[in-house]
Amino acid sequence: MEVPILRQGQYLIASIQSALTDADLSHLREALIAQVGRSRCRGVIVDVTALDVMDSFAVRTLRDIAHMARLRGAETVIVGIQPDVAFAMVQLGLTLKGVATVLDLEEGLAFLNRRTEERTFETKPKKPSGRG
Amino acid sequence: MGDELRLPIAADVDVVEARQQGRALAAVAGFSSGEQTVIAAAISEIARNILMYAKKGEIILSLVQNGDRQGVSVVAIDQGPGITDIERAMQYGYSTSHGVGAGLPGAKRLMDDFDLQSTPGQGTTVTMTKWRRAI
Ligand SMILES: Nc1ncnc2c1ncn2[C@@H]1O[C@H](COP(=O)(O)OP(=O)(O)O)[C@@H](O)[C@H]1O
Ligand SMILES: [Mg+2]
Repeated sequence: MEVPILRQGQYLIASIQSALTDADLSHLREALIAQVGRSRCRGVIVDVTALDVMDSFAVRTLRDIAHMARLRGAETVIVGIQPDVAFAMVQLGLTLKGVATVLDLEEGLAFLNRRTEERTFETKPKKPSGRG
Repeated sequence: MGDELRLPIAADVDVVEARQQGRALAAVAGFSSGEQTVIAAAISEIARNILMYAKKGEIILSLVQNGDRQGVSVVAIDQGPGITDIERAMQYGYSTSHGVGAGLPGAKRLMDDFDLQSTPGQGTTVTMTKWRRAI
């Protein structure tokens, strides 16, 4: 089951459509990292709403995606972790430490907009504004 | 009862199949969707261990009854290398594969009953049950 990756402006959006095997997850990681480099995008959204379970492997892969994307200049945000899935994750002792998570796609986009603005200010000195 | 589902575990698709079958069985037994996910997550970790450490094995799912309580039983059997130090293997963070080390202790926390039998050189059997909360 391949995960479709859409490009929207400066962002890549990967929407998981069903339960994924380890090979599917690894493939998603490779595809996202390759596309981040190729398309010079600034943000990655992984929508996990349809994921049935987040076990050790899924959590590790999502963390890897976020860390690798950051090394290539893009921020990652995970959206749509369902309450039941979150509960089981916590019981398993699994965390997405260091990875941004928000409720849904809309919040994910808002998050990336804020983050990429901040980064732009960090890297470029602020231009003196025209009007006093 | 008596009906059991025997699922071979030999590839990554089998891990997904096993946890989905476990979820379906839990739904039949009347578990809430939250509990179904808990059972599916535990199965995913235990099935993953079979694949990772023993390469192949089997997961047996069945409905069990204890008085008026109903439960889902999961038995995971492999003839892999076995576990030398079970106590350590049950500790969170202990992994011989640079893994998270959350599978065994996590599955134990997710389920109600959990038993691990292992003999080095012969294999490992994990037996776990989730009981439905009385209403
Ligand atoms: N079926 C098995 N056969 C052999 N060894 C196992 C099996 N399941 C678990 N183990 C051992 O127990 C350790 C802990 O397992 P687990 O808690 O799932 O963490 P992880 O898989 O991340 O290492 C493993 O690293 C491995 O050494
Ligand atoms: Mg494991």
